[in-house]
Amino acid sequence: MNKQLQQGGDFSARLAAGIKSIQWPLIALGMILLFNLIFTEGFFEISIQNGRLVGSLMDLLKRAAPRLIVALGMTLVIATGGIDISVGSIAAIAGALAVLVIRGGDITYLATQDTSTVSILLVILVALSAAAVCGLFNGLLVSVVKIQPIVATLILMVTGRGMAMLFTGGYVLNYDHPGYKSLGVGDWLGLPIPIYIAIFILIVLAVLTNRTPLGLLIQSTGGNETASRYSGTNTTLVRILVYVIAGVCSGVAGIIFTADVQSADAAFIGLWIELEAILAVVIGGTSMAGGRYSLAGTVVGALIIQTLITTLLTRAVPVQFTLIFQAAVVVVVLMLQSPRVKEMTFKRRARKEASTHA
Amino acid sequence: MRDAALKRDSFIKRNLTIIAPTLVFIVFFIIGGILFRNFFTLRVLLNLLTNNAFLGLAAVGMTVVIISGGIDLSVGAVISTTAMVIAVLDRSGVAAPLAIAIAILFATGLGFLMGLMIQYFEAPPFIVTLAGMFFARGLGYVLSLSSIPVKGPFYHAMSTAGLRFEGGAKLTVPAMIFLFVVLVTWYLLKYTKFGRTCYAMGGNEQSAFLMGLPVPRTKVLIYTFSGFCSGIGGLVYVFFTLSGYGLAAIGLELQAIAAVVIGGTLLTGGFGSVIGTLMGVGIRGTIQTFITFQGELNVYWTPIFVGLLLFLFILLQKAFVAGTKLGK
Repeated sequence: MNKQLQQGGDFSARLAAGIKSIQWPLIALGMILLFNLIFTEGFFEISIQNGRLVGSLMDLLKRAAPRLIVALGMTLVIATGGIDISVGSIAAIAGALAVLVIRGGDITYLATQDTSTVSILLVILVALSAAAVCGLFNGLLVSVVKIQPIVATLILMVTGRGMAMLFTGGYVLNYDHPGYKSLGVGDWLGLPIPIYIAIFILIVLAVLTNRTPLGLLIQSTGGNETASRYSGTNTTLVRILVYVIAGVCSGVAGIIFTADVQSADAAFIGLWIELEAILAVVIGGTSMAGGRYSLAGTVVGALIIQTLITTLLTRAVPVQFTLIFQAAVVVVVLMLQSPRVKEMTFKRRARKEASTHA
Repeated sequence: MRDAALKRDSFIKRNLTIIAPTLVFIVFFIIGGILFRNFFTLRVLLNLLTNNAFLGLAAVGMTVVIISGGIDLSVGAVISTTAMVIAVLDRSGVAAPLAIAIAILFATGLGFLMGLMIQYFEAPPFIVTLAGMFFARGLGYVLSLSSIPVKGPFYHAMSTAGLRFEGGAKLTVPAMIFLFVVLVTWYLLKYTKFGRTCYAMGGNEQSAFLMGLPVPRTKVLIYTFSGFCSGIGGLVYVFFTLSGYGLAAIGLELQAIAAVVIGGTLLTGGFGSVIGTLMGVGIRGTIQTFITFQGELNVYWTPIFVGLLLFLFILLQKAFVAGTKLGK
């Protein structure tokens, strides 16, 4: 009984600490939501149509799901002090391959397709294996060949999209496969499937990093690679592993993207998603220098970006302004995180304290 | 005699990053001449310069940034938006010199602001220039979502002008501007205090600062210069296509980085040359011309070949750095 209580206290203390560590992104998200509650009519309205929940919030969560998945993988890579700018190309490869398998290798443009009977497990297996191999390639370049991460992943970013375009012959390939399609547009218990996929991946990664030593090893590798190697961490393996995880996450996003629009357009699958993912990670409070990360922060970061975009769209701000708003968000976040601004606020606080004491 | 050999050795070693890409370029061009008829001509060579002029201009600015140990992801967006600004001003009847001045001032100003943020807020260049890219692209989209034709007589004159040679070869205005900027940048890097500070910063920023070099000012100047180069790139884009388009030059920043790396500039900074970048742009262009001449290969092979070459050159750099202990 006593022990149980203690555990409960431990849990709530940990929860409080967890919330405190991501308080700023949470406050930002809360402010955007509050703004919508007051000024955007019907933002929180959810109705039930044909047995599924419909509304701006549902749309927001569904759109955020694939981006969040990529951002989660990216969080672990950035936590080791690395970066992966090839995630968009990996998503394109996985998505293009999946559609190719569904079509039985047929890349004739606009060919009439019978309903495909290819096993969905085979499709997912092929797509995710390809994504994992891409991640492995990145990981080997970074950890064994020791190329800086941005350059190492640049190679696959340049090459990968070309390969995806080759897979589809440069065409927008459509397909007919109800099972695969449902991964993007289907719903279960009223909620879109992509949301379940994102939650599943979040849980897997959270368990992997909290219940096994992996999280600690990632932090120590990012914090001080030499020191962690001397203390017995196989940093090479840790680095390879995070790139493989990021690759698989991108592959999952590629599957959701192609399932959502029921076609594969290799030129646009996951285009610019690397930038959105990095943005979500940074807004979520993960340090670009490595060593400190927060999966929960990334969830909030991805939600902030998507909420901002949905807010702009529902308030009839033209689409073309969203990029400028995103740029403004980055600038504000960077200024808040910059040592100079921190120093200034600390000085002011110190002065205030000094004056109250005097 | 041994001295002469040593001297030659050190000359090769010092300039290896220029010699290697130059050789690769020459070999590629000769292979093209053997494989295809009409490839080994002045016309193909000059077309290479014209077709890659705006990419090349961005790569020149990028070279300076990378030598100093930074990165600039905004170049593609700045090119497209500069062209867009010129196109919009042209449509509303603003005279060409004024329109060009405003557009290039915009590009240079954006570079300056990014430099300020990187220097004074100590933000990583990667993220700051990413925000710059979002901003420039967004501004381009706000100006217009569709392609705007440029009709001013000055631009038309510039797009057809050039030095003609026999065999249909032509040194166009974009090619001339590109070569001129390459020469100016080569001089800046090699013979001025600004250039030496760039190399010193790339080698070790802290040491450069402690040596009394003007690191803060140079850092802001470097990104301003890169913005300026992309601005000129935007102008060249207008001469080349006679239009402005918000979706133009997507992904160009990565091609520019690839050209710089293939051109022998170390991505860790402190080592490299703009002449190498000229060759890197040439190598990339030659691969593209190969694929056009070959006719059967899909255009999607271009990024794959460029990526493979990038991979090869990065491995070579690795071996080179390990061999000379240039690395840290």
